[in-house]
Amino acid sequence: MEDNHMEENEQKLETEVAPALIAVHPSQISVSVSVGSELRVFSLQDGSRVKLVDETGGHKDSIRAIRSRVSEKRVTSLAISGDGMFVCFADKFGVVYVVDIGDCNYENTAPVNKKAVPILSHYCSIITRLEFSPDGKYIITADRDFKIRVTVFPKQPLNGAHEIQSFCLGHTEFVSCLAFISCEDYAQGLLVSGSGDSTVRLWDYASGCLLDTCDVGAEAGLLHSNQRLEEVLPAITDLCATADGSLVAVAVQSLPGIMLLGCSFSTRTLSVVKVVSVEGETFIPTSIGAAPSFPLLWMVMGASSLQSNDSALLARVRAVSGFTANTSESTESETSVLEDTEIPGGEPLLQALQGKLSIGEEAFSTAAEAVKTAMRNLLIKKQYSAERREFRKRGRNDKKNQTPA
Amino acid sequence: MEVSNPTHSKTTGLPRKRFYRARAHSNPLSDSHFPVPVSPSQFDCTVHYPQFLKSDSSKKIEFADIGCGFGGLLISLSTLFPDTLMIGMELRDKVTEYVKERILALRASNPGHYENVSVVRTNSMKYIPNYFEKGQLTKMFFLFPDPHFKEKNHRRRSRWIIYTITDVEELGVWMKSCLEGHPLFEALPEDELEADPVVKLLSTATEEGQKVERNEGQTFRAVYRRIASSLPH
Repeated sequence: MEDNHMEENEQKLETEVAPALIAVHPSQISVSVSVGSELRVFSLQDGSRVKLVDETGGHKDSIRAIRSRVSEKRVTSLAISGDGMFVCFADKFGVVYVVDIGDCNYENTAPVNKKAVPILSHYCSIITRLEFSPDGKYIITADRDFKIRVTVFPKQPLNGAHEIQSFCLGHTEFVSCLAFISCEDYAQGLLVSGSGDSTVRLWDYASGCLLDTCDVGAEAGLLHSNQRLEEVLPAITDLCATADGSLVAVAVQSLPGIMLLGCSFSTRTLSVVKVVSVEGETFIPTSIGAAPSFPLLWMVMGASSLQSNDSALLARVRAVSGFTANTSESTESETSVLEDTEIPGGEPLLQALQGKLSIGEEAFSTAAEAVKTAMRNLLIKKQYSAERREFRKRGRNDKKNQTPA
Repeated sequence: MEVSNPTHSKTTGLPRKRFYRARAHSNPLSDSHFPVPVSPSQFDCTVHYPQFLKSDSSKKIEFADIGCGFGGLLISLSTLFPDTLMIGMELRDKVTEYVKERILALRASNPGHYENVSVVRTNSMKYIPNYFEKGQLTKMFFLFPDPHFKEKNHRRRSRWIIYTITDVEELGVWMKSCLEGHPLFEALPEDELEADPVVKLLSTATEEGQKVERNEGQTFRAVYRRIASSLPH
């Protein structure tokens, strides 16, 4: 009875909701937010919104798209290699492709059309994040089946990435985000991962060895003491590390703000430094980012295609100053959430990236719930009861293929 | 103990196949309901090899039969390599049960033997890395795989060898071309194939293989070894 009702509800959730994403130029020249199919870029240098044009037009003051590639299946994640020579992306069936972009530059207006070539795959598993290691030797792919795969990224990647270096296994739910931390003494760096199991883990990724686990959900006080087993844990949604690698900002579902973790290369452990709360609004970041040498953490909360009539797109940008490691004890007081008047770029930036200056409180909670539900539906495997499985098999017509007794 | 059990033969004590039949091919794309170890260190082998690991607890599994079916190959390998731990991985529930019962019955009627072989129900395409550490397996078997699932995953003489065989020509050609095209694998030369006792078992030890021989069908075999990796360690 209950099962049939559930099936109807599933069909109602056809509307797709996607979280807003934020990215910061490595030299903090500009900040961009994507929400739905809109890409908004603000130039901090010029203090104005940047015009985006496709490959047919535009002049030198705008950002011009110089390549587009069509993927047969939906793209779930993407990264550019450190040397800027290749772009890798994954489709929703877990196949990773590489495109050679080495010939891309301003002058080259009639480029050779290079195809995307498949190089590796996670067997039928959605790849949630794709990153290159800081030294460029490896490509790291994380998936919905709790795995992180470390593969050697060869000098000639168009021939495929065949050599698996290691698997980082330990998460008990989908892996949602990856970040590297490295320092002068340890250029290879360590890997930090976040997951739907509400933990952040530290790995020696070259060996696949799990070094430490931080139970972020519990540390942030987000778990209820009478939590039923069926309830979903608050997922880690994004990670961002400081340039020197000793601080990691963590965005968690249900936490209005971010949690700061400290990473030690000597003890190879993670520790909780503090929780940075956003006051005055239920701001739960869906994506965070920072430029390597700037002590400023940018955050966005937003979603597209909400069911409320208000607006189809919602994006709210906030920033945290003091995002840098300090050896002195004064770290505690220095990280603080900036007011709208204090944020670099000020109101013009907020207007450009948010679409409007003020957003109602109700819109926040609607967005937070919508994004949480969407992530759960996409990435958490449905557990069907035995009766439900049999019911779902009723449409099968391959009985004729059974082997004879 | 002995109310008559129709699922097992009264004379041999071995399970009867017809009570454990399932569709010839299962769907590895659907996530069925079976437990998977989070990582190899959490894969408890003592439940699979209780006797064996009591006397030598440091041993690790070295042979894996991927899609082991009714266990024909494993049973043969068990006596051929009595000091090696081996495991079958099978997706179909009923078939896994059959192999379990078969091994238990063989252990009971041949004390001290067949303690080195076991079976686990799992989707090997997705979960192999969860069971075995890097470099742990020295032999992997892919005998008569389902032709519908042609997945792309799918120098120094190493001990790591992959054995494949099929009676479907297109699949055989494809598997060979994949292995031939893979920079980290090279074909075993004729003299090594002759000398390897396992190679003969590929066509004779399994139900599928015996069926093909009875029908005088052709089989397509590809045996390749893993060569050294490119990065220095």
